Parts: sequence; C-alpha cells; structure tokens
Amino acid sequence: MRDVVVIGAGPAGLAAAVTAATAGLDVALVDAGRRPGGQYYRHHAAETGALHHGWDAFVRLRDALDRLTYLPGHRVWNVEDGFTVHALAGDRDERPVRIDARTVIVATGAHDRSLPFPGWDLPGVLTAGGAQALLKGDRVTAGERVVVAGTGPFLLPVATGLAGAGATVAGVFEGNRPYGFARRVAGHADKLREAVGYAALLVRYRIPYRTGHAVVAAHGDGRVEAVTVARLDRDGASVRERVIVCDTVAVGYGFTPQLEIPVQLGCATRMDADGSLVVVADAAQRTSVPGVYAAGETTGVGGAQLSLVEGELAGLAAAEALGGIAADPAGVRRLVARRRRLRAFAEAMHRAYPVHPGWMDRLRDDTIVCRCEEVTRGRIAEAAGLGATDPRSAKLLSRAGMGWCQGRVCGYATSWLAASACGRSPGPDDLLGTARRPIAQPVRLRDLADDAPVRPHEVAQDPPVRPRDGAGGRPVRPRDGTLRAGPEGAVRPRDGNHPINPA
Amino acid sequence: MSQIVFEGRPVPFEPGQSIGAALTAAGIRSWRTTRFGGRPRGLFCGIGVCFDCLITVNGRPSLRACMVEARPGDVVQGGGPDA
Repeated sequence: MRDVVVIGAGPAGLAAAVTAATAGLDVALVDAGRRPGGQYYRHHAAETGALHHGWDAFVRLRDALDRLTYLPGHRVWNVEDGFTVHALAGDRDERPVRIDARTVIVATGAHDRSLPFPGWDLPGVLTAGGAQALLKGDRVTAGERVVVAGTGPFLLPVATGLAGAGATVAGVFEGNRPYGFARRVAGHADKLREAVGYAALLVRYRIPYRTGHAVVAAHGDGRVEAVTVARLDRDGASVRERVIVCDTVAVGYGFTPQLEIPVQLGCATRMDADGSLVVVADAAQRTSVPGVYAAGETTGVGGAQLSLVEGELAGLAAAEALGGIAADPAGVRRLVARRRRLRAFAEAMHRAYPVHPGWMDRLRDDTIVCRCEEVTRGRIAEAAGLGATDPRSAKLLSRAGMGWCQGRVCGYATSWLAASACGRSPGPDDLLGTARRPIAQPVRLRDLADDAPVRPHEVAQDPPVRPRDGAGGRPVRPRDGTLRAGPEGAVRPRDGNHPINPA
Repeated sequence: MSQIVFEGRPVPFEPGQSIGAALTAAGIRSWRTTRFGGRPRGLFCGIGVCFDCLITVNGRPSLRACMVEARPGDVVQGGGPDA
C-alpha cells in the first residue's frame, strides 16, 4: 500500500509527487507518457530545453524523481474506491498493473478542445496540441505550409515553434478580438515577457496574425490542400471568405480537462469560465471525495505555472493529512496567493477567448461531428428530432461519442449541438453526460476478468489483490455499477482483432 | 539512421520518435480508412486521445501510432477499417 499515487506527470503531477515524496511519503507517479513532463514539458529524447519556457523548473522536478517510484508508459483505465489504481503498462506488449494507495492525486491534464468544420477530418488537419507534440516530442514539423487557427494564446507558441523549425506559417487566425486582454497581460511581468517574445517572433518569421478570423472549411482530395478562412462579424458569422493554400492545419479552441478518473470516483464537478467541465477542489486541492486531490488543468484550465502551484499545494496537503507533516505556513501563504493571482489571470483569459456558438452555423448537414463513428451534424439533428434533448440521449440515438475515443473529441461539440437544438446552451450536467468513461482506456476482457493473470511487476510492492469485496468471482466493477468492455459499442463481432477481445 | 518498414517501404526514424512522427516526417499523412465512409485517417490529436491514428505494428493491430515508439525493423501496416 502506497501513501500516494499521483496520476499524470505533467507540471501539476510532477510538483505534487516530488513535494509529497520530499515530505517523506511513499509515492508512485503513474504516467501514460514515455518521458516525464506531460504536454507542456513534452520533449525530445535529447532535449536541451530550447523550445520550452520554464525548463529549469522542470529539470529540478525531473532530477528529484529518484525520491519516488516513477512509472512511465502506464495508462490508467480505472481507479476503485479505497484506492486501487488499474493501469496497462507498455506501448505494444501491454501488461496489467495494479497499485494500492491511501491517497490519489489526479493530475491528468487536458487535451485540445476541437470544433468540427467541413473537411476537418482530412489528413493534415491536426489539433494545435498535436502539431506542438510532434514538434516538441519528436522534432517533426507537422507540414511545410501550415495554417494555425482556433482561439487562445496557445496558438502563438504553436505558430512560432513551427516557423522556427522551418515550416512556412501561412497565418494565425484567432477567432476572437481579445484587445482588452492585452491590458491584463501587461499587468503580469512574466506573461508580458512571453507575449512580447511571441510578437517579435511573428514579425521575424513574417507570420500574419489575424483576429476575428476562423478556418471555416478544409479542402482536398485525400489530404488537406487548402482552407477557407473567413472574417467573422461580432455575431460570429462569416462576412468575407478567402482560400489559402496549405498542406497542414493546426487548430485548437482551448482545452478540455481529462476527468475520467475523478468522474469514476464520484468527485463533484462544475462548469468553468471557459465552458469546460472541471473538478471541484477546495483550498487544499481536496476534491469532494475524501483522499482524492486534484491539481492542474483538471480543476480549471490555467496553464503550467498554475499547475505547478496547485501540484505543490496538493502534495503538501497530502503530506499533512497522511503523515502529520505540517508545511511551512509562510510558504503555503505564498503559494495560495500565487494560485489566486494565476487563477484570476486564467479566468480573464477564458473571458477574452470564448468559443462563439457561431461555429454551429458553419456546419453542413454532411459535416462529420463524431470522427470515430462518422456521425454527421444531420444525424445529430435527426436525434434531436426524435426527442434527444440532452447530449447523452443524442449519443445513444446517433452514436456520436460511442467510438474509440469515447467522445473525448466530439463531446463538447455534441453537447452544444444537442442543447442548442432545444434552444439552450449546455450546462454542467450535459457535459458530465458525455464525460463518463468507466473504463478510460481500451482493455482486454481478460484484464477485466476476475481470474486475470496479474503478472508480478518489478515496481509493484504488493501482491496482486482481488477486488475489494473479497467475494472473488466478481469482475472489477466501476463505481456507477455498470460494466463495459471498453468504448461503448466497440465490441463488434466483425472486429476479430479488436484488443478488447480475449486474446 | 534506423528504419521501420511501412507497407514494404523503408521509413527512417530518429531514436525516441513515435511511429506516427516517423511516418509524418516521411510525408505519409494517412494510413487507414474509416469503416463507413472509407475516409483516410492519420494523426489528429497526436497525444493518444483521438484514436484516429490506429495502426498495425508487427502484426499487433489497433495501436496508436502517436503513442508507440519506433524500433528498428518494425513492420508497420495501415489498412482498412479500424486497422
């Protein structure tokens, strides 16, 4: 039994794990990535830190990993009350791993929030984060002539990073006109320095930066060859369109926190200022479930600096709760003040870079919304016509969100389309309806079965355990009582090689 | 430079790169088609979330090309629905 399992080795998870371990706790840090750092500090095998802000902070945390058990390449698919963390380890020869712990710190971060548009499923259209991951993790530029679009400050490092690596960036098309936000940035010395740096790079690489513009369609035969870019009026409608030739589009409309684990555990959630579902956390980063903490983007998208602060606070709180190790009060006060400042900045950012609902008017009936199940906007409208008044019903009637990704990519769009068909905007319950994933990764049935051979793993301290009810013969059952063998509806007889079939 | 083999064609990679990154660097943008529309798919999210980039590696199907690190001599195949 570990004191703490931290899930996710990005800024929040690294800070939480190192803080708790430094306080003397027995900590396991479980991460899906091959190298520590999450998305923000994603790096190449031979990294020097040139592409990264705050690389020194990362190096300090990475160098402290010998104080704890760091488990890269572990994809957590379920956490049971108590707590038992179930993961699959290895990127091709998967093996099941279980870790028991008294406390769980959730630091699972976020992924790009995507909006559909005609042609968005053409190869060459990537998320902004995907293009950035290729660049930072693999040193590969996503394309030669790239259009960057969406909304939010994140578009700037993506565009300038690609240009710096040799790509031609045909333009950055920012959906909002965030002029008021510039004053806010000016009040933060480090944010201002970053912004000035990006502005200088845009000039240096001659990258056009257009506010109030959006990519409204991608065109091409088998791969993207051009996009239509539109200037948007105040209501988000296209008023002037032009076609730009490109081989790649990097597009992102903010971020969606990854909440599978806290939702599995029953942690209370709420809707944040950016319209994302996030975990409710108190001043000590405690969720509504005793023993479960959350830090970083899962409590509200706010960037790496805020994640580092929240992670440290969560690590300190866990150390105090488990070991009676009191933190230095002055240090905690400084962290709390910094968290308040950074959270206020994040909220201002969300208000300056909203997603305008006008994107829905730019869809055609045959535009794919759910990429996995190839569900079109027309079919979601049909589901609404059949009485689907919420995203969950729209999903059940149209199959949007039932494929491999379990609605991670289309959940936000489906929520908006289903709610707006009833003349409203989605609330937290709508988002929660598309966020429940009792099994968060594809698993084999043998990994679910009670008599699954759990192979001893060199880092697992405890012998394999049976499910907590001790009855044996009962499969691992997620909290909500359902038992599913992976993405809903993904078990199909014709998929003979599907990994969730017994092998 | 090390190589993997994609549908009979050698594709170079740098140590530490994912299979999806190696294919992208070689100008290969898609490697499977969808079940219903037969539409081509490759990398989209790049971080293991979207499952668009499913690929078969050494006979093992349905792996995420963005998540699997390339190893010398890997035999990689795309293919039809849910490769």
